[in-house]
Amino acid sequence: MTETTLERPESQIAAIWHQFRQHKGAVFGLCVLAFLVAFVLIGPLLWQTEVLKVSEALKVKNQGPSLRFPLGTDQLGRDMLDRMMSAGRVSLAVGFIAMMIAIFFGTFIGILAGYFKRLDGALMRLTDMFLALPLIPLLLVMVMLFRDRIAKLVGPEMGAFILIVFAIGLTSWMHAARIVRGEVLALKEREYVLAARSIGAPPRRIILRHILPNVVSPVMVAATLGIAEAIITESVLSFLGLGFPPDFPTWGRLLFDGLQYMQLYPERVIWPGLAISLTVLSVNYIGDGLRDALDPKARGR
Amino acid sequence: MLTYTLRRLLLAIPTLLLISLVIFLLVDLAPGSPASEIPLTVPPEVRAKILEALGVNEPLHIRYLLWLKQFFYVEPLNGIDWLFGTDLAGDMQRIISYQTRSPVFPLIGQRLPQTLTVIGTAYLVGVMIALPIGIYSAYKQYSLFDQFGTMFAMIGFSVPTFFTGTVFIIVFGVWLGWFPTKYDTTLKVTDWASLIKQLRQMAMPVMVLGLANAAAISRYMRSSMLENMKQDYVRTARAKGMSERTVVLKHVLRNSMIPVVTIIALGIPSIFGGAIITENLFGVNGIGAALIGAIHGNDLPMVQTLAFIFAILIVTFNLIADVLYGLLDPRIRYD
Amino acid sequence: MKLKTALLGAACAFAFAPAAFAERGADGHVNVLYWQAPSTLNPYLSSGTKDVESASLVLEGLAGFNEKGEVVARLAESVPTVENGGVAADLTSITWKLKPGLLWSDGSPVTSADAKFTWEYCTHPEGGCAQAARYEGVSSIDTPDAETIVIHFSAPKPNPYMAFVGGTSPILQAAQFANCLGAAASTCTEQNFGPIGTGPFRVTEFKTNDTVSLEANPNYRDPAKPAFATMTVKGGGDAEAAARAVMETGEFDYAWNTQINPELQAAMAGGGKGTFLNGFGTLVERIEMNMTDPSSDLAEGERSTTAHPHPILSDIKVRTALSMAIDRQVLVDIGYGAAGRPTCNLVPAPDMFASDNTGCLTQDIEGAKKLLDEAGWVPGADGIREKDGRKLSVLYQTSTNPVRQDFQALIKGWWEEIGVATELKNIDASVFFGGDAGSPDTFQKFYSDVEMYANNFDGTDPEPYLAQYMCDKIPGPANQWQGENINRFCDPAYDALVKEMSATAEMGKRAELAKKMNDMLTKDSMVVVPLVDRGRLSAASTTLGGVVLNTWDTEMWNAQDWFRVK
Repeated sequence: MTETTLERPESQIAAIWHQFRQHKGAVFGLCVLAFLVAFVLIGPLLWQTEVLKVSEALKVKNQGPSLRFPLGTDQLGRDMLDRMMSAGRVSLAVGFIAMMIAIFFGTFIGILAGYFKRLDGALMRLTDMFLALPLIPLLLVMVMLFRDRIAKLVGPEMGAFILIVFAIGLTSWMHAARIVRGEVLALKEREYVLAARSIGAPPRRIILRHILPNVVSPVMVAATLGIAEAIITESVLSFLGLGFPPDFPTWGRLLFDGLQYMQLYPERVIWPGLAISLTVLSVNYIGDGLRDALDPKARGR
Repeated sequence: MLTYTLRRLLLAIPTLLLISLVIFLLVDLAPGSPASEIPLTVPPEVRAKILEALGVNEPLHIRYLLWLKQFFYVEPLNGIDWLFGTDLAGDMQRIISYQTRSPVFPLIGQRLPQTLTVIGTAYLVGVMIALPIGIYSAYKQYSLFDQFGTMFAMIGFSVPTFFTGTVFIIVFGVWLGWFPTKYDTTLKVTDWASLIKQLRQMAMPVMVLGLANAAAISRYMRSSMLENMKQDYVRTARAKGMSERTVVLKHVLRNSMIPVVTIIALGIPSIFGGAIITENLFGVNGIGAALIGAIHGNDLPMVQTLAFIFAILIVTFNLIADVLYGLLDPRIRYD
Repeated sequence: MKLKTALLGAACAFAFAPAAFAERGADGHVNVLYWQAPSTLNPYLSSGTKDVESASLVLEGLAGFNEKGEVVARLAESVPTVENGGVAADLTSITWKLKPGLLWSDGSPVTSADAKFTWEYCTHPEGGCAQAARYEGVSSIDTPDAETIVIHFSAPKPNPYMAFVGGTSPILQAAQFANCLGAAASTCTEQNFGPIGTGPFRVTEFKTNDTVSLEANPNYRDPAKPAFATMTVKGGGDAEAAARAVMETGEFDYAWNTQINPELQAAMAGGGKGTFLNGFGTLVERIEMNMTDPSSDLAEGERSTTAHPHPILSDIKVRTALSMAIDRQVLVDIGYGAAGRPTCNLVPAPDMFASDNTGCLTQDIEGAKKLLDEAGWVPGADGIREKDGRKLSVLYQTSTNPVRQDFQALIKGWWEEIGVATELKNIDASVFFGGDAGSPDTFQKFYSDVEMYANNFDGTDPEPYLAQYMCDKIPGPANQWQGENINRFCDPAYDALVKEMSATAEMGKRAELAKKMNDMLTKDSMVVVPLVDRGRLSAASTTLGGVVLNTWDTEMWNAQDWFRVK
């Protein structure tokens, strides 16, 4: 008699990873994102840009791609590859952290509003108020109040970074909150939630064990949109002078600076534009894959 | 449902008042002053006099209460006067913009047509494109159409509008010369030729904005459809022998539309304040451009009025979205 | 025989007629683009030069300035001077005579009462008139008859061409603005948006911050002008879009202030659809050195005040070194191209006031390093100089603007070559120039070591401009930071020169004093470090004729002479 060996049952993480790998787009996204992150983190260690004096830099301005400057130079003779790498670090960091702040607040408020009827009214009105606040004066006030104090603690660049990240996070959570609240309102009436309530499970347990895992799907969509929005909002802020100091570029800033040269040197717009698009694309695909992987009905297909 | 709606409407009033106060404090606290646009050649004493004449130096609460009175009493009276030719408002001071030293509401009225025409159309176009794309993408998940649809959506919202706008201007306006690069707000549509002209000058901003709108909505549509396609009732309906068309368009679509409808409703206020860059780029000179111009010039009455109108729209459409959600989805219970 | 010659003569006259006697309105429509849209058409309530420019199509003064800076008569018969008796010998009054038969665009006659009313309008204490400085020193105005205006000054005025001269000081119709004095000024929306004037055009529709629609003035004093029947002044967008609309798509005939980067200038100029016009005035982009300590360690109210002199920049050697390290020609090439010139003068024009100061035009890195060595600043391990435990570092701020950010990057590079650590900061223009006493980022508060911006003066006389640097004009908590002496420069000898100039009438002597003061601020003390003499750059279509760029008045100053090139 042939013995059938039982396979060890997969752990949940392994099962999710297995399902994730089925989604080709998600794998593609993961690879691209990993490449971009490596580009900005490890790249500077591999590519040591020359430190040129101003007069020397100006002699090499507006050059196309070459061995010395793989992505060319800009109007002041600065190496575009180096700028793309340092800008990428800031952009990716801003995008991710601002999005996480926004998602955190949004999910928190959304769940509270959806689950606890008493809090719903007040929290949703709070959401309305934040939606109605004009972003630019809010930023100006935040910058005015806090920039010097934070800069004293952590230096001007880090200070600007913290301010921008919080400003974007605090002004983009509303969307996620609404989505989550909508989902929670629907989930609250599902049979398994009613069952859990009937056996006396405390709200905290119900939220953490039943509601939260099921709102992951729409939150993923909101998160992926949130990263793109964060990076783009940061670029708009840069061009209004509310962003980082001028010698601290971000992809959005590079894109904006390149716009006036677009007809003459389109590559200055293509590189940062491509970088932003690829980041969002890959994050989106990953989000898609994650959503599929976490959905129990989809597993085993 | 009715009590819920009434309760929300009643709650909206103190909410809006609180919002108006917060906005007022925020804009007032923000650094910058209307004097920034006055050229540096004007000596400081004259600047001080100008600011005095604008009423900038009045204490905070006086300015706020004055604005409240003007917004809720004087301006509606002026509106009635304008509609019915009466003279109820008389000489009462209206809300005056610092930049133009003229009443704010006629300015808003002047800008509304452009905004509604261009930005409103772009929104409509975006929705109309997004829905079929989202539906079909979800139906044929992972197919070529889906991949393309996804990529189209990605490009739509990962690339900022100032980029797509400038590319469009250069490609279609300069190189091909198909469309004018600047929007003519004085164009009146009286005959076929002027209608064509109007459509031609609307084409680029509508394309740019429509793309961005369509991208986001199609993602939500797709995600919602996907969730519903996996539900048990779909399997049951198929097992019963219903045609795919009925299953998708009658059962799944209706249920999927619920969150999407609310998202569309929530996006409507953004027509009025969100298309700032597009309006600026194409010279559409609508309400978004007015708001950003007012913020730059620290024109407090204009910013306050526009932001408050925006807040009213948001609160109203949030209410509409919530009520719709409750009406369409029987599982939702508000009371 | 006589008839034949007469007929021949008539035939010749008709041949030349189209060129010389073009009909009013024959050339149709002209499209003008002001990418900063006009907000109002009343220059006295204006919030920026764009308003003054658009209003100058409709409103005119007694005289204006031509492109050479000379005073030319507009509504007046001729320009009064001391020689022709129009200006009193003791310089306390000036008499203008209106041209006979002048009409407003609504047909009513222009009288001296209109001029007197305009003065009352702008000097009303509650009016908040933006151009009140043009009427400074006027004690009274007499109108002995309908065509004569006598302006009396409270003290002898060497330069009487301020009131009613130029686009910033036109004449309003007394009948139209009668109810708009003082606080009522802002209730007169109809008047402010549709002023009745004597200029070549009149307003048909005004959408504020958007478009002005104009048509030829039927009562304009020259029956053959303007050549255009209608005009549109459209607003919105930015400088690149404006340049594109004229130089590449040809949608517009004229675009104001198309300050684009030099390469794009060169690329667009080759297109053939339009040309760039540039002219130089008095606008100078400069770096101001803070003579006081802006350190955040000091208490509010003590920062950037004369109580604490600057620990690093008080030494003239340091200031000189910083100026020597800058290559101004490179700045011009990168930022302005044909629209800029390197300069060392605070007052670069008119020519008679321009000092022959050219010492700063060549960059000298080695010389700068030597000066710093002499001053006792020794390079440390990281290349940054130190002295007595303090590092030689400066905070350099300016407004948000791509060209200014490029300048910051270049100057930072040069300063780091000579061992000065530079931190850059850019501030939104509405905050930087806002003068809000509560904000720490205004250029008056100067909470940085150096700052960069541009400034100019109205008209052709630099006296009020140079008077800004007197000791009592230092901004501080006592005057809500509303002073004009940004550097906190205080020198009694300078104040004495200012007083002397205000009492000097003779032009040659005035010019000398002005040059001396300019030198005191620039090459003698290095407190103001001029960088670029910025000119105006505008774009005009090749089919638009008669355009002359005027930096002393508005760019629309001769719109009546424009025509369509056939």
